Amino acid sequence: MFSILRSIWLTFIHMFHKRVTVEYPEKKNYLPPRHRGRIVLTRDPDNQERCVGCYLCAVACPVDCISLQATEDENGRRSAEFFRINFSRCILCGYCEEACPTDAIQLIPDFEMAEYNRQNLVYEKEDLLIDGQGKYPGYNFFKHAGVDAGVKAKGEGIDEEKPVDIKKLMP
Amino acid sequence: MIDILLHIALVIGIMLGLVMIAAGLIWLERRTLALWQDRYGPNRTGLFGTLQVVADMIKIFFKEDWIPPFADKKIFVVAPAILMISILLSFAVVPFTPLIGVVNLNIGLLFFLGMSSFGAYSIVLAGWSSNNKYSLIGAVRAASQMISYEVFMGLSLMGVVMLSGSFNMRDIVLAQQGRWFFIPQFLGFIIFFIAGIAETRRLPFDIPEAESELVAGYHSEYSGMKFGMFFVGEYLGITLISAMTTTLFLGGWLGPAFLPPIFWFLIKMFAFILFFILLRASLPRPRSDQLMALGWKVLFPLSMLNVLVTGALVLYFKL
Repeated sequence: MFSILRSIWLTFIHMFHKRVTVEYPEKKNYLPPRHRGRIVLTRDPDNQERCVGCYLCAVACPVDCISLQATEDENGRRSAEFFRINFSRCILCGYCEEACPTDAIQLIPDFEMAEYNRQNLVYEKEDLLIDGQGKYPGYNFFKHAGVDAGVKAKGEGIDEEKPVDIKKLMP
Repeated sequence: MIDILLHIALVIGIMLGLVMIAAGLIWLERRTLALWQDRYGPNRTGLFGTLQVVADMIKIFFKEDWIPPFADKKIFVVAPAILMISILLSFAVVPFTPLIGVVNLNIGLLFFLGMSSFGAYSIVLAGWSSNNKYSLIGAVRAASQMISYEVFMGLSLMGVVMLSGSFNMRDIVLAQQGRWFFIPQFLGFIIFFIAGIAETRRLPFDIPEAESELVAGYHSEYSGMKFGMFFVGEYLGITLISAMTTTLFLGGWLGPAFLPPIFWFLIKMFAFILFFILLRASLPRPRSDQLMALGWKVLFPLSMLNVLVTGALVLYFKL
């Protein structure tokens, strides 16, 4: 009997509590930088595309929403000929970001992607590419890679030794 | 002639006003329930979300009004109407003010009790004609709940009748000048209110429709405006019980003279309506057998005792 009256009173007191509702379109919640939202393709510090078309994101994708075709320029630098993400399938799991060896594909804190036409949810490469470097500034894959793809000469990269002349006996 | 026309206009006005209040309660309940649950509730459509009622009405009118092929069609259609009719008829005896009221019946209280018993038919027939096991269980629960709570709903009012010496609602209100009946009849007031909640099948006594157990209980198969009639009927029931509690225990239209009588009536009535909603926000649903045990083992003896003691005291002081 007492507990019934007490619970009625406690509920009544809730009238003066702070509301938990966030009135969304006017007020927006803070989204942490690592929030998994819309997918973008980033560029390296030299404003070149980071993506090297390795297909690892497409393999990692559990819903098969990524499709791409790799191509190679005259220097041997690989990039994506087309890169297509179907956001009507995408579950924003972030596996593609984890799989990416060049930090090219990234998920950003934006989720407002509603469309009236379902076909508009298929994003092409020009829709995905952004001008910035995203979450990993200063990283350039081809500066670390062993191959010479027109970015740096062999042995000139970061953390890279000069090539060893295997015919020479001297250390 | 002009008198009759005026009276007809008054009756239609009261009916429309009540239906408007019942529809407005949909919005009021959602807002206040949200208030007590740290939410906002509908606040986008119109001023404070009041146009939500209009939106709900438009939606419910355009919904498919489906009659299941396995249902007993005639009874299925009639059942929601019975609920509305019985509750709206009960309002005929409620004196809103000395001037506003449909009839001045000298058996007003009995008429109200009769009509609230009549409302039980609607629920039972709705559940039965739906030909669905959940509906039927809901209807059986409703029958047991409403019939057993009706018994001491009537008994709890006998104290009021003894004190005022009349079944006429206006006489009962006038007998409360100087002292409202909830002071000498506090037990009767509590018992009547609990029985009233059970009569309107509101939470915490919403066992007949218990959505976590019975889908939607007796109105599982209803859709469109037929469901809307059950819905509005429920809100009309809340309004009715609040209006009756106000009339019988809180002195109806009586109150200090700085406000007109109708305002006093509405203020008291809406206080009870808000309390109904507060109960919904705070209390869990008891089990069916707990409800029966509370009714027959606690409230029924208490209301008998109340009748006995009130009768003895009235006899002692008046003779």
